[in-house]
Parts: sequence; structure tokens; C-alpha cells
Amino acid sequence: MKKISLSSILSQLLLLFFVIVWIIPTFGLFISSLRDKDLLAISGWWTALTTTEINEIYRMSGMETQIEEDGYFKIKGTLFEENSGKKIESFGINSKKINEFKIGDIAIFKDESEVILDEDGNYEWRSKSEFQKKKGKRLFTTSLSPPSFTFENYREVLFKEGIGRAFINTMAVALPSTLIPLIICSFFAYSLTWMRFYGRDTLLAIIIASLVVPLQMSLIPILTIYNDFGALFGVAAKSYPGVWMAHTGFGLASTTFLLRNFLKSLPNEMMEAAKVDGASHYDIFLRIIIPLSIPAFASIFILQFLWCWNDLLVGLVFLDQVPSEIILTAKLKELLGSRGENWEILTTGAFVSMTVPLFIFFALQRYFIRGLVAGSVKG
Amino acid sequence: MTILNLLFIVFLGILFFIAYFHISNYLLDSYGGRSVKRYNLENSIRVIVFIAPAFIVLFIFILYPVFETIRLSFYDKFGREFVGLYNYKWAVNDPEFRRSILNNLVWLLVVPTLSTFFGLVIANLADRIWWGSIAKSIIFMPMAISFVGAGVIWKFIYEYRGPDNTQIGLLNSIIVSLGYEPQAWLTIPIWNNFFLMAIMIWIQTGLALVIFSAALRSIPKEMLEAARIDGASELKIFFSIIIPYLEQTILVIWTLITIIVLRIFDIIFAMTNGEWQTGVLANLMYDWMFRGGGDSGRGSVLAIVIMIGVIPILAWNLYKHRQEQKI
Repeated sequence: MKKISLSSILSQLLLLFFVIVWIIPTFGLFISSLRDKDLLAISGWWTALTTTEINEIYRMSGMETQIEEDGYFKIKGTLFEENSGKKIESFGINSKKINEFKIGDIAIFKDESEVILDEDGNYEWRSKSEFQKKKGKRLFTTSLSPPSFTFENYREVLFKEGIGRAFINTMAVALPSTLIPLIICSFFAYSLTWMRFYGRDTLLAIIIASLVVPLQMSLIPILTIYNDFGALFGVAAKSYPGVWMAHTGFGLASTTFLLRNFLKSLPNEMMEAAKVDGASHYDIFLRIIIPLSIPAFASIFILQFLWCWNDLLVGLVFLDQVPSEIILTAKLKELLGSRGENWEILTTGAFVSMTVPLFIFFALQRYFIRGLVAGSVKG
Repeated sequence: MTILNLLFIVFLGILFFIAYFHISNYLLDSYGGRSVKRYNLENSIRVIVFIAPAFIVLFIFILYPVFETIRLSFYDKFGREFVGLYNYKWAVNDPEFRRSILNNLVWLLVVPTLSTFFGLVIANLADRIWWGSIAKSIIFMPMAISFVGAGVIWKFIYEYRGPDNTQIGLLNSIIVSLGYEPQAWLTIPIWNNFFLMAIMIWIQTGLALVIFSAALRSIPKEMLEAARIDGASELKIFFSIIIPYLEQTILVIWTLITIIVLRIFDIIFAMTNGEWQTGVLANLMYDWMFRGGGDSGRGSVLAIVIMIGVIPILAWNLYKHRQEQKI
């Protein structure tokens, strides 16, 4: 008895280890997408709940805001934005000694003007003589920032970086690219299962062969066809209908294969009985096959939709990389190149691109798994 | 294109296909069935109506391109002049090509094997633990997200800052806290390939896991019970009963992941774009499709090399299909 519980504890620990390793990358991305971008740039996401020390440079206001008071010319202001929550630890007036002064110290510049600073970033800069410069002097601050979470990154990414539009584009690519093959393949699979005609077995063999043909085999010829077609009719070669048909072409073999495997399992007697009653193939298809196949359709829909949503290569080759056509994955790749250091944009963009797949994953996991298992075990 | 326009053409595109099937079938229904001759004609036309769209699409997007790509591989960069084996000779002597082939082979060796292994181990562990299904969900989750999204996630983990800065990448942060120098992981040749493969393993383990979980249920409970009563350890059961029993499934999963890995493109394109000796065939091919105005000959050769990788699997699938048909 004792031995069993020991092995059970060991296996629980081992599984826990796997779970932690698998979840941490995504979790880190999610946390980072919600963090203040200044904090994100200087501290790891695992410190998100602790206070962070930040070094910053601020410039005080210039001569316009000066007032005369108690025999001094004074410029008052604040360094931080409202409600930043930051507390200044120390500050400096020289880039070489950024921690020279503590709060309460009076820092004296070379021109004998002096500045005092409180921990919330309010400063008072005073001088015996009138300020002459339009730009104020620089202050170097070291402050402690409390944990700070924000949806600002999401607003920035969705509306300023073009991720919002890319999201809509991706939807416009993925939905038809899923529904069209589903419509076509349902008739195809039906005829392969329940209709007798010459060449049926050959067609089936072609589908099974097509299942594993890599996408790369099709890219160059199809791109040539599209370009010729575009030149012939004087329209843009790369467009939404083009990409739908490409996804349909590349997905059709697997959707047909999955659906046929399902249809094959339906009882033959049902079709025969309907036929005897005078139902046409279309009647049988609409009244019997479709209602019975809803779970299979759901699985196939999810697989094909996720495939199209997550695709990069097809969208890259068959769509122009312009704001009105670029898809999420291509946009993310573009941002990886152009904004590689701006992790608040990358993490948030990536998370936006993952929202739909994750929603489908959590809401419809059963169908997703069923589709994967059906597609693989029989394949 | 405005969003409203976009919505309109999406709607139109889907409607087109529904209308095609509905109208043609409606016409056939109202025509046929009144005499034997008509009935037969109706049936053969209906077969064509049902099959035509799928067949045309398959023909244009899979069948024709396969032969066209083979043809183009013997032609020059514009596909105009026959150049014999020139493109193939170029490939064999091209250092980039050799590097890509080598990388592809290592990917094929490492990723399917480790994903299958982890999948099998985790499926087994999760099967016997009450919170196993939650664990399975979590490990399966990366399957749902895109390779590029996964690329961003992992690029963040591998993020490198100079030794004087705070590391915001998890891996370097751990390395530094252990007292080592931080590394720019993705730029260290040879090793960086393994850091990229880790991403793929992270994703594909979920696939292996769910299929194994389904297969594990087919193992007779009595057999496992009997083994336990006889005092076999869990490890012994795993190696002597479960693995032999799942042999077929292991093979299926291994080939499934092999096919996915053979055409791997997104992860490398997003993470390193083939730099620092991480290129694979699919990336090199994409490159040649557009490099210098595009070279369809070289691109086609690269596609064919990828295709050659799947031919054994293709033949095996067809063979199995034949066997099934006979029964």
C-alpha cells in the first residue's frame, strides 16, 4: 500500500512539473500584455506583483511658467503623470551621478539655481535671477513603482498598430475559407459514400494521397495562375476570393476524408428506406445526412477554422501585405521585425491573435479533440 | 476596402456555393424521376453536380500543381527554357541547401520523437490522476494557437539583454540567477536549432497527448489489473504492456508529426528568418520564390525535396487504404 502511494505522489509531481513548464510561456505573455510598458521594458513579468526600481530622465518646464515669489524666480511643476503611484528614492542633476541627492536635499546647478523635489515628483526650481531658457534642465530620478496593470497596451495595439484591422481581415479570410470547403466537401463526401459511379475508388485514392502532399508543391504554380488571371482580367491578382479558394483547395482533402469516415459509419438501411419512399439524393442529404452530421461538421469546422486562422504562409503568398488585407499572423511577423524591442506591443498583439483560438479551445474542446483523433487514428 | 465591403463579399462568396448546390439540385429534382431513362440521366448528372466543385478545386490546387512543379524544376527561373538537371545540380552544390537539408533532418529526428514520447508519458500520468483532465487541457492548449503566436511567446522567453541590464527573458534570468553569463540564444549556431525545436515540441506534444489519451482507453482494464495484482510496477506496466499495445498509435502519431515538421515554415520565419544557420527547406523555398524576382526552377526543386520526404508516408497510406477496401 505504501509503495503505491509513493509512486502516485511521484507521478503527480512529475505531471505538475510538465503542466508548469507548459503553461508558463503563455502565462508570461498574458501577464506582460497587461503590464505598464515602462515596467515591462525593465523588469521580468514574474516581478509584476512587486515594486520595481526605475531610472528615468525628466526635463523641467522652461521660462514661460516662472513666477516671482519671495524674492526668487520659481518654476513649479510635477515630473510624473497623475496617479502614477511612483515614489522617488533619489535623484541627480548630472547623468554621471544619478543618485547624488535624497528627497529633501537641495540640488544646486552650475548657474546657482536650486531645485527641491518631493517623493511624488513635484519640484520647485528657483533662482535669484530670471530664467532665460525655453527648455528646463534635466532631472535624473530613481523611483520605486508599485505593480501597475493597464489595458492601455490593448488600446494601442488594436487601434494604432493596425492589429484591430488585421483581426477583421483574418476573420474575413478564415470564415469563408472554412465554410466553403465545408459546403463543397459535404456533397463530395456524400457522393463518395452513398452514390455509385465510375472512378469512385480512384477519387478516394487521390484524396488519400492529397492528404499528405505538402502545401509547398502548390505555391509556385498557383501563384502563377493567379498572376496570369489578374493580368488577363485586369484585377488585383491577390485578393480575398483568391485566398478563400486556396484554403479550400488545401483543406478539401482532409475535410472530405474526415467527413467520409463519419458518413461511412451511418447505417445503410436508412438511406435505402428513404430512397424507397421516393426521396432524391438531395432530399436525403438535406433531411438525413446534415442533421446527423452536426457533430462531425462541428469538429471539421473547428479544425479547418483554426488552421485558416493560424495560417501564415497562404496569407503571405496570396494576399498583398497592405493594411486592408494583411492577416494577424503576417502582421505579428511584421511587428517582430519593426517593433522587436517593444514587448508591450508584441505580447499584446500575440495575445489578441490568440483570443479566438483560445475561446474555441475552451468552449469547444470536445469537438476539437474528436476531430483530431478521428483524423489521425484512421489516417 | 472598407469593412462593410469586406462583409459583403464574404457573404456573397459563401452564398455563391450554397446557391450553386441548391439551384442545380432543385432543377434536377423537378426534372427527374418520371421515366427510367430520365431517372438514370438525372442520377448521372447529379453525381457530376455533387462532385464537380470539389474535383475542380482539387485539380487546380493539388493535382495540376504537383505535375507543374515537377515540370518547372527542369526549367529556368522564369519557367520558359528547359535546363535539364541544372536546378538540381545547383541545389546539391548550394551550401544553404545543404544546411537546410541537414536542419530538416535533425528536426525530423528530434521533434516527432520527443513530442510522441512526452505525449505518451503525460497521457499515462494524467490517466491515473484525478486532476489529469485539467492537466491535459493545459498541455494541449498550445495546439490551438498559431506558430507565429507561439513564436512571440518563446521569443520573449529567449529575450536577451546585455550583461549589465536586468534580463526580462525568463531563460536568461534563470541563467543569470545561477551565476552564468546571459546568452543571445537564437544566434548561437547549431544550438539555436534546438531552441526553435523546443517550440514545436511544446506545440505538438498536445496532439500526441490527446490521441494517446483516446487510445489508452482501448487497453483492456483487466490486463492492467492483472499485471498490478501480480506485483508489476507502473514502470514495468508502461514498458511491457502499454507501449507494445499502442505500437500502432505511436507509429500513426509519429508520422502525423513528421508530416507537420517536414513543411515547418512559420516558426523559423518568425523567429530567425533562417539566419544564424537555422534555415529549413520550406524557408529556403519561400525565399527563392521571391528572391531576385523569384526563381520558379529552384523553388520547385526545393518543393520536390520536401515532397520526396512524404512519399513513403503517402505510399504507406495508400497501401493501408487498399487493404481496408479489400475487407
